[in-house]
Amino acid sequence: MSPGKSQSVLVVGAGIVGAACAEALAGSGCAVTVLDGRFAGAGATAAGMGHLVVMDDSEAQLALTAASCRAWAERDLPADCEREDCGTLWVAADEAELAHAGKKAAVYRERGLDAEILDAKSLAEAEPNLRPGLAGALRVPGDAVLYPPNAARALLASARRLGAEVREGLAAESVGRGRVETREGTLHADVVLVAAGAESTRLLPELPVVPRKGHLVITDRYPGFVRHQLVELGYLKSAHTLSRESVAFNLQPRATGQLLVGSSRELVGWDSSVNRPLLASMLRRAAEHLPGLAGLSALRAWTGFRPATADKLPLIGPWDEGLWVAAGHEGLGITTALATGRLIADLLTGRPPELDPAPFDPRREMPAHD
Amino acid sequence: MTERIEVRIDGRTVEVEAGISVSAALWNAGVGRGPLCAMGICFECRVTIDGVRHRRACTTTVAPGLEIATGG
Amino acid sequence: MADLPADVADVAVVGGGPAGVAAACAAAEAGRNVLLLDEAPKPGGQIWRHRTGPPQPAREWLARLTASGAKVVSQASVFDAPDPRTLCAEHEGGVLRVRCEKLILATGARERFLPFPGWTLPNVLGVGGAQALLKAGADFSGRRVVVAGSGPLLLPVAASLAGAGARVALVAEQAPLSRLFPFVARLAGSPGKLAEALGYRFGFLRSPYRTGVWVRSAAGQERVEEVELTDGNRTWREACDVLCCAYGLVPNLELAALLGCAVRSGAVVEGESQETTVAGVYSAGELGGIGGVDLALATGTIAGLAAAGRAAPPPLVRQRERGRRLAQRLAATFSLRPELRSLPSAETIVCRCEDVSFGALDPGWSPRQAKLATRLGMGPCQGRVCGAACEFLFGWPADTVRPPVKPTAIANLIATSEAHG
Repeated sequence: MSPGKSQSVLVVGAGIVGAACAEALAGSGCAVTVLDGRFAGAGATAAGMGHLVVMDDSEAQLALTAASCRAWAERDLPADCEREDCGTLWVAADEAELAHAGKKAAVYRERGLDAEILDAKSLAEAEPNLRPGLAGALRVPGDAVLYPPNAARALLASARRLGAEVREGLAAESVGRGRVETREGTLHADVVLVAAGAESTRLLPELPVVPRKGHLVITDRYPGFVRHQLVELGYLKSAHTLSRESVAFNLQPRATGQLLVGSSRELVGWDSSVNRPLLASMLRRAAEHLPGLAGLSALRAWTGFRPATADKLPLIGPWDEGLWVAAGHEGLGITTALATGRLIADLLTGRPPELDPAPFDPRREMPAHD
Repeated sequence: MTERIEVRIDGRTVEVEAGISVSAALWNAGVGRGPLCAMGICFECRVTIDGVRHRRACTTTVAPGLEIATGG
Repeated sequence: MADLPADVADVAVVGGGPAGVAAACAAAEAGRNVLLLDEAPKPGGQIWRHRTGPPQPAREWLARLTASGAKVVSQASVFDAPDPRTLCAEHEGGVLRVRCEKLILATGARERFLPFPGWTLPNVLGVGGAQALLKAGADFSGRRVVVAGSGPLLLPVAASLAGAGARVALVAEQAPLSRLFPFVARLAGSPGKLAEALGYRFGFLRSPYRTGVWVRSAAGQERVEEVELTDGNRTWREACDVLCCAYGLVPNLELAALLGCAVRSGAVVEGESQETTVAGVYSAGELGGIGGVDLALATGTIAGLAAAGRAAPPPLVRQRERGRRLAQRLAATFSLRPELRSLPSAETIVCRCEDVSFGALDPGWSPRQAKLATRLGMGPCQGRVCGAACEFLFGWPADTVRPPVKPTAIANLIATSEAHG
């Protein structure tokens, strides 16, 4: 492989990350083929909340999410991607959390991102359906939500226009250096890029990614019930530890007025059944924040598997000779897809990367799982 | 002699036969879209009843003083 | 954490139509503690629906139900079954949790709607839907009505509407005479059935009953004003105030599917004793295939007996066999003609909940692809209307069922989920 020369890339996985990588690579002059055993966006992309949110869990995460959110903001999306620039409210239950929110605000502003602290009164005005007694919130107006399956399809359409080939219904049975085995025989390329989310370990068993199951509930239409995406500051505590199971309040309004209610995390392998006690716990926590939520009609509950890593950062870069990885984005796959694609394209074509790639090195040392 | 009661449809007081469905009351009053399946499955007949949204008119029985709003 | 009181029963029956009633009677009379959960204000299901007094065959069964000792919980709408021994139902503004040893599903059927231009106009409703609306107190007197679609249900509904003062302009059955005639001729072997059919026909004698005719489109300003009909050659218009149009029945499989019961060819897979592929869960009535009241009574009774550990007596088994043969003949006679697939135009709405048009759907998609790309089936009806339509239009089977099987308040999901396990 000689960086800088136009290369052929086989992208395994047509979820949002694979699609973004395909677009970025095709746009950088690579000959790209995308494979997916099912269809575009069939995995976690279809299951999750489509939030575009800047997170400052770590410097690297902040850099990645900020760059990616900026990229999302700068592009036009078809109407069926349903982007809503609703912003995020990080809700503080008490003064301690509000102080923490203040620190977050400073970090965001330092990055050039709009961030505003709301006191209890302003919060109540911004979101009248939140329970009284909350201390306030951090408001990030630049955050948005969208509908991921169609965003993935839009990125793939863009990739196709740039010359990429997309082959749905063709599964990668195994991968090696510069090759992918399929039922149609062996496909060769300069680089194989595994972007198959939590299922990437089927192809690369040593990849340090585990499926972290989440629940979501969608309601009937209640336009105006909430205006922003709402997240409790305690979310960071939940997403932080790779413990057995946890819930955290996270809610998103859709363009239709439906509400997506989350979130939960558990490590139970690939059991996709609805865990009703955990679901109840998640809903109870949400209803604690939004008392009126309890009376709203729930249409459906479902589960999905986030690809999680022990240090909460994705794997982006070379894994072996001719074998690269873009996976392990946990709950930030949608948010960070564009920056991921950009980083992969930078590294693969030998451009100076916009982001420091070291924290995302797939071969880095990982802390032990809890 | 069938009992008659009063309900309110979009702010207007209407006298209806007791025991009929809200769908039937709306149909008889010439108000609203009319149901599709009329058996609680399709959700086409949704109305707001006593302030609660997304109630199915076809599976709700009229009651004295019921507030029915058909808009939105 | 509130400890939700649970009703405990040996046998729980979901659905208070003929099958559920028969099952509850059989199990209770065999000495079991039986709980019957029914959505409606009074048992009887769709076919025995009544406000003031049940129709004749229902009267005896309902009296028997009362005498049997089965506990009937009306206005209980099951929205979840976390496992085959547990049911969660909305009831009286709260939640009812039921624990049982055996579960009998008798959730009946709903109508199949097929999209055509103008089908979303006000006053276009189902055939059974019109019947249900009439029985719920709607006034049809003086309304000019066209009854169309397919199935034996067209007859009693036309008769009911005519009897209620509607002017039934036309009853249009899509099945051709070449199929209907042998079906009716065979009814001569069951004089009771023939008399019943003729009785219905006499109920709307002044109105034509046309075979091999179907609705191409409906038109009107604020509501339906006329219908375009065709026999495949000639096309003409019929003025009307109301169009009742539906194409047969499909079973309400959702609860069975949620529990993991195997489904084949759109019906629950049932064993000799009406047991499903999930141990301890039985199925009765239309779930096993659309077959009408007699079959429902037979399968319900067999299921109730089996749940109570009793074998079904041979005459009952023969009644079921006869019912199944009739069900097969019904399906063959009233099978839907392919022309009905060409009715929708690109703008015709297919998913009414999410406003997805026919033109937005790529027939090459898998059902899940279609769902994710357009939100088809993701609205409050949970795909019950568009699902049956897309199955006919594109061959798309129903997607995985997820809880709740009926929309329910978040408070209810919190309440019952906490108590489970």
